[in-house]
Amino acid sequence: MSEDTAASGAEALAESGSSHGGEAGAIVTGGSSHDIPGVAPSGLQIHPMEQFEPARLFGEGEIFWYTPTNVTLWMLLAVLAVALLMVAGTSGRAFIPSRAQSTAELTYGFVRKMVEDVAGKDALGFFPYILTLFLFIVMANFLAILPMSFSTTSQIAVTAVLALAVFLTVTVLGFVKNGAKFLGLFWVSSAPLPLRPILAVIELISYFVRPVSHSIRLAGNIMAGHAVIKVFAGFAGVLGLGSVLPILAITSVLALEVLVAFIQAYVFAILTCVYLKDALHPSH
Amino acid sequence: MEGQLAHIGAGLAAIGSGAAAIGVGNVAGSFLSGALRNPSAAAGQTATLFIGIAFAEALGIFAFLVALLLMFAV
Repeated sequence: MSEDTAASGAEALAESGSSHGGEAGAIVTGGSSHDIPGVAPSGLQIHPMEQFEPARLFGEGEIFWYTPTNVTLWMLLAVLAVALLMVAGTSGRAFIPSRAQSTAELTYGFVRKMVEDVAGKDALGFFPYILTLFLFIVMANFLAILPMSFSTTSQIAVTAVLALAVFLTVTVLGFVKNGAKFLGLFWVSSAPLPLRPILAVIELISYFVRPVSHSIRLAGNIMAGHAVIKVFAGFAGVLGLGSVLPILAITSVLALEVLVAFIQAYVFAILTCVYLKDALHPSH
Repeated sequence: MEGQLAHIGAGLAAIGSGAAAIGVGNVAGSFLSGALRNPSAAAGQTATLFIGIAFAEALGIFAFLVALLLMFAV
């Protein structure tokens, strides 16, 4: 793994003079030769944000909403991995479960218990939705840790769609279940009367910031972690024998990334449960 | 010149990450001190712990976003 990232760091070092769109993502700490065409730039050049650029899988040209890109490829792989785990894992239906079967069963039970504990028993109708969200995000995050892979959950476009779907579901559900009483979510009846309009404004703002923070938390965490790895890979590309140190750092950051990959999927799912609970029981 | 000012702004926005670190540390530390007083009640509150951490962390992520916008979008 480390060697791969180190190699790609060195590659970024070599092609730093190119006019690729990644120029914007370059941290240039080297000499001023960067501006002169045809002169090889010297010093440390790291492109930590280049890895997040969507690229066409086939051919050249513009990217439309239907174009197969590396984003869609890795989303498809995440879905296939989920299907492999859940369908192939549980197809045996053994009384004494195999490793794959018990992984699938434990995941199912874990998410089901989370929905029941946080959102309440009457939210169990939404359990399949939350399990889908959790499995997709956790698989996309884990696949993104593989060398040379693409992290789809670092794209705000991807996470924003997931978060907006949750936001719309919750808002529509709140109005359908409670009617106008859903607006009681913004009217804090336990506060003194003069304070309530001010609190209502604050509650309204915090309600509409939800999809923003919900999506950017996931994308930001994954993006930041992978950018850190790439920065260390850039160090490994120039240090020669001393690159042992950045490679050790990459290894430990990767271990942290495995933890973050799971925790961010968990947080995304659990916040969905919290929002669901608000929609089902809006009384403040 | 303007681009350099944007870089300074991005660096200032990174202070927000430190503030979020204080917030997350507060949440986790308070949870731990409570959990050690009453370990039997701790297991039921881990979900609350992660919700608290997520809310505190979101504001740090906003600072990170501001830094990214200043670096690449301005």
